[in-house]
Amino acid sequence: MKIIGIESASMTASVAIVDDEVILAEYTINHKKTHSQTLLPMLDEIVRMTELDLEDVDAIAISGGPGSFTGLRIGSATAKGLGLALDKPLIHIPTLEAMAYNFCGTEKLVCPMLDARRGQVFTAVYRVDGELPVAVMEPAVLDLEELLAELQKLGEKVIFLGDGVKVLKEKGLGSHVLSCQVAPPHLSRERAAAVAALGLLYMKAGDTVTAAEEKPEYLRVSQAERVRAEKLKAEAQG
Amino acid sequence: MEKDVYILGIESSCDETAAAVVKNGREVLSNVISSQIAMHTLYGGVVPELASRKHIENINPVITQALSDAGMTLQDITAVAVTYGPGLVGALLVGVAEAKALAYAAHLPLVGVNHMEGHVCANFLENTELEPPFLCLVVSGGHTHLVRMKDYGEFEILGCTHDDAAGEAFDKVARAVGLGYPGGPKIDAEARKGNPQAISFPRGHIEGSRYDFSFSGLKSAVLNYLNQAEMKGETVNRPDLAASFQAAVVDSLVSRAIMAAEEFGEDKIVIAGGVASNSCFRETMERECRAHGIKFYRPRPIFCTDNAAMIASAGYYDYRKGIRSGWDLNAIPNLKFGER
Repeated sequence: MKIIGIESASMTASVAIVDDEVILAEYTINHKKTHSQTLLPMLDEIVRMTELDLEDVDAIAISGGPGSFTGLRIGSATAKGLGLALDKPLIHIPTLEAMAYNFCGTEKLVCPMLDARRGQVFTAVYRVDGELPVAVMEPAVLDLEELLAELQKLGEKVIFLGDGVKVLKEKGLGSHVLSCQVAPPHLSRERAAAVAALGLLYMKAGDTVTAAEEKPEYLRVSQAERVRAEKLKAEAQG
Repeated sequence: MEKDVYILGIESSCDETAAAVVKNGREVLSNVISSQIAMHTLYGGVVPELASRKHIENINPVITQALSDAGMTLQDITAVAVTYGPGLVGALLVGVAEAKALAYAAHLPLVGVNHMEGHVCANFLENTELEPPFLCLVVSGGHTHLVRMKDYGEFEILGCTHDDAAGEAFDKVARAVGLGYPGGPKIDAEARKGNPQAISFPRGHIEGSRYDFSFSGLKSAVLNYLNQAEMKGETVNRPDLAASFQAAVVDSLVSRAIMAAEEFGEDKIVIAGGVASNSCFRETMERECRAHGIKFYRPRPIFCTDNAAMIASAGYYDYRKGIRSGWDLNAIPNLKFGER
């Protein structure tokens, strides 16, 4: 079974082709955030290198968020366009779950975090000692202090990864968390191979969506909605 | 005989998600528009982030509908044309990323289209005899341009607004008098009940550039008028105010187009963009063109609003010129007229 993986939730642009047990190709860039210009040429490159006939692809796995709103939409629209043209299903993979899957097999808890600005991170905590990551704490947008309080409560060893780690370091937090460990560079960022590999498991479980249905999970309402909700609430109280 | 060319057009530059199939640049086989106006009305204007989120939800069903309305599949399509600017960057990116992936996977050529040039080409959809060269007034919520289309894909800008776009002035005045969003159609309806000569508003002009526009002075004059009436405790006759404001905008637009036609010896004027569906603008332009022996063309209102049929038409002429976009095509929010 052949699955294309697409990842563009934050700074990382990554595409991969997985064929059952083998990653046929993966192309990852952690440079400037111009996914619109890089993502499809990168896919084209690995498709040509592996002499892949797109018609032979069984599904497209997309890193579905949370992350940068624009980054998520570029990846989503790319996956939806491929799915529409090829008439193939999509697989919606939560971004943080795919990141945690980098550490499949460890006994420690895995805590991926993506910089959500305003001192917050998109984060979750996973147990990854089974076949699929299991969320101990569901994806959420949290202040670092809130996250650390959650981890203190869990009281287990933790591996941190993702570009949110730099926010943690900048704030000088984390040292008081019991035996935390920061992922090495080759495991510390989003990877489309993890998205595609997880996609394979989702696919086998029948967990797919149509290209029309797929949309990103933002975990944050837009600023306009937030302001309006606050205004309506104030009016209701006043 | 040349082979027929079928272009699938995709448009998502602002608050309409649209797709269409057009044959040989002129014949509309389908034209699907999913409008988000109801949602943005809650906020008194287009919210870019919400527009982008809606585009993602709507884009596949809209494209599928456009193909099925045309009785076609992607195998019947010759090329994909997509708006890549100007517009809201987040909104544009949805259409651009979708169109690129679609064209890539279907092995179709891709043509990036300038949204403003698309508006001009809306006139080709129903006026089969219309050919360049001609003069065109492109008037919308974001743009006010007087251009010469010298040949297919070749534009010369004669004038543009130095401050607000005409459609923007409509929206701001509509909000100030409590008509709400979208301002254009609301002012148009209100003005029909009023007297356009009731209040004398200024016709903005730019010193030394005869074809440029200015609408911020007019907008301020309307706001001052409202303030003064409020201070004096007078009730404003809203239909008269709407009609007088609209007459000032239309007068600025029409007089410059006629002046340019005479100077450049053009015998055809076309109008395009959202404001081109304003009834006063259409009627005044028609009357003045007739009085000056100029042929006048305008699209039906459905092709004045943002749509993908116009993008497919513009894409057809770009395609015929051999223009192709790469898989690295990006959205360019401030793309200028005639720029690539």
